[in-house]
Amino acid sequence: METFVLDFERPIVELERKIQEMKDLSINGDMELSDEISRLKEKARKLRVDIYSKLTRWERVQLAKHPQRPHTLDYIKRIITDFIELHGDRAFGDDPAIVAGIGKLDGQPITIIGHQKGRTTKEKLYRNFGMPHPEGYRKAMRIMRLAAKFHRPVICLLDTPGAYPGLGAEERGQAEAIARNLLEMSILPVPIITIVIGEGASGGALGIGVGDRILAMENTWYSVISPEGCAAILWKDSAKAEQAAEAMRVSSRDLLEMGIADRIIEEPPGGAHRNHDEAANLLKQSIVSELAILNEKSPDTLVAERIEKYGKIGVWIE
Amino acid sequence: MAWFKRQIPSLKTQEKKELPDGLWIKCEKCGEIIYKKELDKNLYVCMKCDFHFRIRAQQYINILIDEDTFEEFNQNIQSEDSLKFKSTRRYSDQIKDAMKKTGTNSAIRTGFGNLNGQRLVMCVMDFAFIGGSMGSVVGEKIARATRHAIEQKLPLIIISASGGARMQEGALSLMQMAKTSAYLAKLSEAGLPFISICTFPTTGGVSASYAMLGDIIIAEPGALIGFAGERVIKQTIGQDLPEGFQRSEFLLEHGFLDAIVSRLEMKEKLSKMLEFF
Repeated sequence: METFVLDFERPIVELERKIQEMKDLSINGDMELSDEISRLKEKARKLRVDIYSKLTRWERVQLAKHPQRPHTLDYIKRIITDFIELHGDRAFGDDPAIVAGIGKLDGQPITIIGHQKGRTTKEKLYRNFGMPHPEGYRKAMRIMRLAAKFHRPVICLLDTPGAYPGLGAEERGQAEAIARNLLEMSILPVPIITIVIGEGASGGALGIGVGDRILAMENTWYSVISPEGCAAILWKDSAKAEQAAEAMRVSSRDLLEMGIADRIIEEPPGGAHRNHDEAANLLKQSIVSELAILNEKSPDTLVAERIEKYGKIGVWIE
Repeated sequence: MAWFKRQIPSLKTQEKKELPDGLWIKCEKCGEIIYKKELDKNLYVCMKCDFHFRIRAQQYINILIDEDTFEEFNQNIQSEDSLKFKSTRRYSDQIKDAMKKTGTNSAIRTGFGNLNGQRLVMCVMDFAFIGGSMGSVVGEKIARATRHAIEQKLPLIIISASGGARMQEGALSLMQMAKTSAYLAKLSEAGLPFISICTFPTTGGVSASYAMLGDIIIAEPGALIGFAGERVIKQTIGQDLPEGFQRSEFLLEHGFLDAIVSRLEMKEKLSKMLEFF
């Protein structure tokens, strides 16, 4: 696959290409370049640290929707064994924009649900670009009820540009489907861990996003509306998305500072898209360690603490 | 010489009627000129076409709650601009202006009150306050109202009038959807009734949380109710929307409302419903 390079990634990618060229030269020829190579490698490392520590919120948004970024199924393939996908909402249809199923994480049976975007054009269309219809949210809820029935924890991976704004979606009650999930998830008697793995666009993300723990991968965004949508409304110009991203403070770090996210999951150098295996491994470690704590809690404690957690979110003067 | 001259003289230009301030009101739907005192008596419902004018929270309280029984609580909670949000203007200025313009501190009023003698907890959103948008304050006030209802074992009524979540509070306002829904779950577990009333408009994050979670969901006639905005849907699907799309009648037809109730009958209908619970 052709590698997609963002503007701010370019200096690093070019340096890496140069290092690779030198490596090829030193293998094929007799030239001794190892000193030069290690010097450049160090330079690349420093450059990466330098660039990535200074990323603006808008640049992180671009990483969050990077075409090569791992999606839900990429993670499931790497961290879940014996995964069996379950389909349909038992009422209207099956929504490919949300994947749900059962499997094992480190030997523990779990339920995993996530938005799925698709990578090729055909896949993207099939997955509706990760924008669910009401039946997607209702399928997710059905599988969560199943998890509750058999006392299995639920893991939700959030990665959507929004719930689909279409005729059918409205006719079939997009708002009701999301609202119902918020209510039921807040009292589901099993552990729920929610992780923002890419884009967390508004109610479309939150519809499968209520949990005991909210984690966010480093290069992700989560807010009440997409920066583009916000810019279109407030500035009447979607090109002002960069400003909107800053104004709404949409990054994972902001989420932590607002008291919404519990923890940020670090990504491999250069972002999750540069190394899917390592990104999956880091994600898995975080889930496993949080789950170990939540597994010990009784259903009543879980629900009470979850409601208390959400009860505290917000800022006001009194 | 005029460039465009009317060929058919029989066509009469509708004269724009300038209405003296406060005495007469023109119906937005049928154009009928209505004497304001009459309209006030008719609860701001057009006598000719049944159009429901948008009213303030206080007016709704006056309509539904028995005289002198409304005990408002938490009216001092105010929005804080914690993100230091600035678009074309500062959010902090927007809050100040809204407070000055509306004479209230937030986009929702909450309190105890009696409805035909039945004590309950009442929350009424005020569209005049930044489009009734839901931020931390609306979320917190609903959460507290719900807690009061649980503690005193009272029914809860929320009247929505909101364009959705408040962008100026970013993810904090998004989370109010989860917060309010979580408290409503507790209310439901306590076996207490929640009646949601949707008025024009009930959209976005408000429709996708408490407004759609009522044990009973009622709407005023012709109210705009939906998740996505009309413009976004049009842009996405590239076609015009059908007549009456996302209106009360459309939602009733698709199974998302229990009933459409005229404002003139709202109090009596609610009173009868509450007897059942």
